[in-house]
Amino acid sequence: MYCYAPMEYFIELTFSGLTRGSIYALIALGYTMVYGIIGLINFAHGEIYMIGAFTALIASSVLTYLGLPLPAILILAALAAIIWSAAYGYTMEKIAYRPLRDAPRLSPLISAIGMSIFLQNYVQLAQTADYLPFPALIPEFDFLEPYAGIVGSTDLVILVVSALGMIGLMLLIKYTRTGKAMRATAQDKKMALLLGINVDRIISITFIIGSGLAALGGVLIASHIGQINLYIGFIAGIKAFTAAVLGGIGSIPGAVLGSYILGLTEAFATGYVSSDYEDVFAFSLLVLILIFRPAGLLGKATIEKV
Amino acid sequence: MLKTFKIVSICAAVAFATALAFAGEPIKIGVAGAHSGDLASYGLPTLKAAQLIVKDINANGGINGSEIELLIEDEACKPEIATSTATKLVSSGVKVVIGHICSGATKAALPIYRDAKVIAISPSATTPDLTQSGDYPNFYRTIGSDAVQARYVVDFTLHTLKAKKIAVIHDKADYGKGLAEYALKFIKDSGEAKVVLFEGVTQGAPDYSAIVQKIKRFRADAVIFGGYHPEASKIVSRMRQKRLSIPFISDDGVKDDTFIKVAGKYAEGVYATGPADVSQSPIGIEYREKFKQSEGKEPGAFFDNAVTATLALTNAIAKAGSTDPKAVATALHNEEVDTPFGKIKFDDKGDPIGIGFSIYQVQEGKYVQVQ
Amino acid sequence: MLTAKDVRQALLIGLWFMFLTFPLLVIKVNTIEDTIIWRWNNMFIIGGVCFVATLALRSGRRLLVQKKQEDASLKNSRLSSRIRTHLHHKMVYLPLLSLVLLFFILFPTQFSTYQTTIMTTALMYVVLGLGLNIVVGVAGLLDLGYVAFYAVGAYSYALLNLHFGLGFWTVLPVAGLLAALFGVLLGFPVLRLRGDYLAIVTLGFGEIIRMVLENWSEFSHGPSGISNIPRPGLFGLDLSLNQSIIYTYYLMMLMVAFTIFVVNRLQNSRIGRAWFALREDDIACQAMGIDKTRTKLTAFALGAFWAGMAGVFFAAQNTYVSPKSFTFLESAIILCVVVLGGMGSIIGIILGALILILLPEYLRAISDYRMLVFGATLVLMMIFRPQGIISTVRRTYTLKR
Repeated sequence: MYCYAPMEYFIELTFSGLTRGSIYALIALGYTMVYGIIGLINFAHGEIYMIGAFTALIASSVLTYLGLPLPAILILAALAAIIWSAAYGYTMEKIAYRPLRDAPRLSPLISAIGMSIFLQNYVQLAQTADYLPFPALIPEFDFLEPYAGIVGSTDLVILVVSALGMIGLMLLIKYTRTGKAMRATAQDKKMALLLGINVDRIISITFIIGSGLAALGGVLIASHIGQINLYIGFIAGIKAFTAAVLGGIGSIPGAVLGSYILGLTEAFATGYVSSDYEDVFAFSLLVLILIFRPAGLLGKATIEKV
Repeated sequence: MLKTFKIVSICAAVAFATALAFAGEPIKIGVAGAHSGDLASYGLPTLKAAQLIVKDINANGGINGSEIELLIEDEACKPEIATSTATKLVSSGVKVVIGHICSGATKAALPIYRDAKVIAISPSATTPDLTQSGDYPNFYRTIGSDAVQARYVVDFTLHTLKAKKIAVIHDKADYGKGLAEYALKFIKDSGEAKVVLFEGVTQGAPDYSAIVQKIKRFRADAVIFGGYHPEASKIVSRMRQKRLSIPFISDDGVKDDTFIKVAGKYAEGVYATGPADVSQSPIGIEYREKFKQSEGKEPGAFFDNAVTATLALTNAIAKAGSTDPKAVATALHNEEVDTPFGKIKFDDKGDPIGIGFSIYQVQEGKYVQVQ
Repeated sequence: MLTAKDVRQALLIGLWFMFLTFPLLVIKVNTIEDTIIWRWNNMFIIGGVCFVATLALRSGRRLLVQKKQEDASLKNSRLSSRIRTHLHHKMVYLPLLSLVLLFFILFPTQFSTYQTTIMTTALMYVVLGLGLNIVVGVAGLLDLGYVAFYAVGAYSYALLNLHFGLGFWTVLPVAGLLAALFGVLLGFPVLRLRGDYLAIVTLGFGEIIRMVLENWSEFSHGPSGISNIPRPGLFGLDLSLNQSIIYTYYLMMLMVAFTIFVVNRLQNSRIGRAWFALREDDIACQAMGIDKTRTKLTAFALGAFWAGMAGVFFAAQNTYVSPKSFTFLESAIILCVVVLGGMGSIIGIILGALILILLPEYLRAISDYRMLVFGATLVLMMIFRPQGIISTVRRTYTLKR
């Protein structure tokens, strides 16, 4: 029964883990950025990702109807998804979180849960609760044909695009003025304000960037699995959140690392043990890591003073 | 506007007249199922079927002179809501119920109906236990059980496809896992093939390549999948993308046009079981046409089964002369009734006699009956 | 009242929402039938509604500000405390309490059995809310997997009854203790975690319990669940369905009364004050000589205890359990009960549970919009009253000289 080359199997599983990891990473970044800046678990973040996928579906349908070529549709649909998701993220922050900035810690969390329920039902009423086929926007590359058993075209696109997105984000945070302002705000909101940083604007920008990345993830995954419905955001959101915590919530490299570790764990758990318990493995790993590193892998353990 | 008013007033007048003439209590029939939420597409066709038939019956003077009144309850396929809707139906004096739609919700509601001596007839709840356990003598259904379906799937895989190493995959949910477990049992019992892999996949996960690699690794020569089309299309697409061309055999949850649309070219060649094709039956055509006229689209899942359930139930009430549960039960067991599936009645467990399954295959973007 | 600036602002907001909702509300695509439907009128409805709503909100806010100035804000804030002191006064408190009690006692006789079932469910959430309140509201440990203990309770009854034929009354305390044991089990690994790390681990714990129930068919009957669970018995009497529903309702009422009594006592006990101290500042709490480990673990255990008992009621009322009933959304709703009602306040949580469970039920008339309204209510509630319906009053001591 085990005549199949173990090394090849391992490589295949690694790729499938990396694909999942990339998907989680694009969503986890939004969680971790928002958490780093305002300390809120944005439960509605997964819905933003779902709205991104829906917007891309609508845009691509309209563009196909207009008869545009495939690459143009892919780029325009992704752009539409990013723009509108960012707009939703921005509006959501203004309505549901900004008034609560000084409220008790749990209030914004409940507000986020409410927002998540609201957005899901909004999409259900505006569109549909059924599964909708999503067009295969990513073409199949001929040069990958010999390796088809290991990595597909969409996997490759997901790996590359998410890597580019993450590198872009890190550069932005490290080197631009906005990035510096974001880090300052994350460290100390009051101090940032004193230094002349428009904190409100920085928080808005954080939501916009996080939502845009989530939308990018939405488009990639939807064209990878070929279908969407309004619950995709919830499931992916929980996993991405787990990944962000695993890496140390608030830390951007941590979110990426956590996502890949989570993706690989799930793939190896399925491959070598059983997919029945893949999520159990994922969560058990989380608990284990947090026991030994209570602030996640790359998170800083803060010492609280009385 | 005026026309509608006229029709309404005529209807009202007729209703009033019948009410006066017979002064009988209306016959209350409950219709329970998912009418909202993500599973509404399974429940709404049943509701429509019941409404269409009852409208016809009432237009012809009702059953033995009594009008039928439908009491509609939505439970979104959630067991804990199903129990309260069942209580609601029972407490409003319903004696017969068409529903529920999902097996879980049905299982939750049945004890309440049993204790209140209410007869329930489901067009779509397929868990074998519901009838086979003997716990619910008040339950009937107009669809073959999962055990019957699994038997079809396994026989086809073993004898027609001649598979020797079979991977059985399911979606960890009630329907899919139940079916997969029966398939596993039947394959083992037959001794003709080996099950090399029996696993569940997590619903809604973004990527199933790991499980596909595993199927490949165990060199399965056929995959039996128990579950619904969203997961099936993801697995099939992944298999074909990974150049794994072994047959994929699945169930009624996959025999849905959405599957073909989603999986696109990868759907080609996939087998699925489904209720026998009734597109030629005159009764089936009659109600399909009526549905199209009133809704402007094709009826969805379980519509024919729902028509059958409603016809069987109303026929039994008419034959029994009342909604007395014992008399209705006797009529259901003994009186044959004309339905889209032909003449049917129910065996002593409550399963239908005369409703079977067929095997379909996707050929050029359409499901075609192959066996 | 309204200036040109307000109108301009409202116009801008209207336009923004028209843009925002444009793809989802205006264009409806169906990729199964390849149709695209344009619904332009939705866009103008949204624009109009947002415009009017903004204007209304702005003028409303201005009115409120004016009124506050007239009222001299001090007086206003005293009002609620005055109500509170009145409530504590025996002359008001006792008749009010007996009225409420009378309402609940007469409820099944005045309403249908269906309404009674719904009310029983709502009362179940009162118990759940009070239990979670110990963990979240009192001890300040954010628990997103509370539903796990509820599941433990429900499955304890289902399985113990199935295999050993144990009855409702035997299992009720057993299930509570089992759930408490699970609470301690969860408590150990998370002792070192704080805040949101705790949240995700508890969420994971809840999911793990559900997944084990789903996958371990030999133990839990898997996703198909367990049916035919007996309703609570009354000295072996044969009850009809209606009677037994009403009987369950009264049992649930007693359960709620018992919970309120115990939780109230707990909060004012030594351990209760230790919880409060832990919530306010865990380092200071340790410095005061409170054993942090023991305090946290008792919070988890005693919180879980009530969920376990509520689970038994859940199984007995529905006569059916399946893993589907114990999803994360359930945890979120229980958490909403606690926060919406007002953390730490018992009356608040009772109100919160009744509102959150009965609201969707009575919103069935507008069934399509039910959950939309529910979500929006949560957000609005938090914006306008972040401390919950009834904010906690901490016992204060004044020194008499």
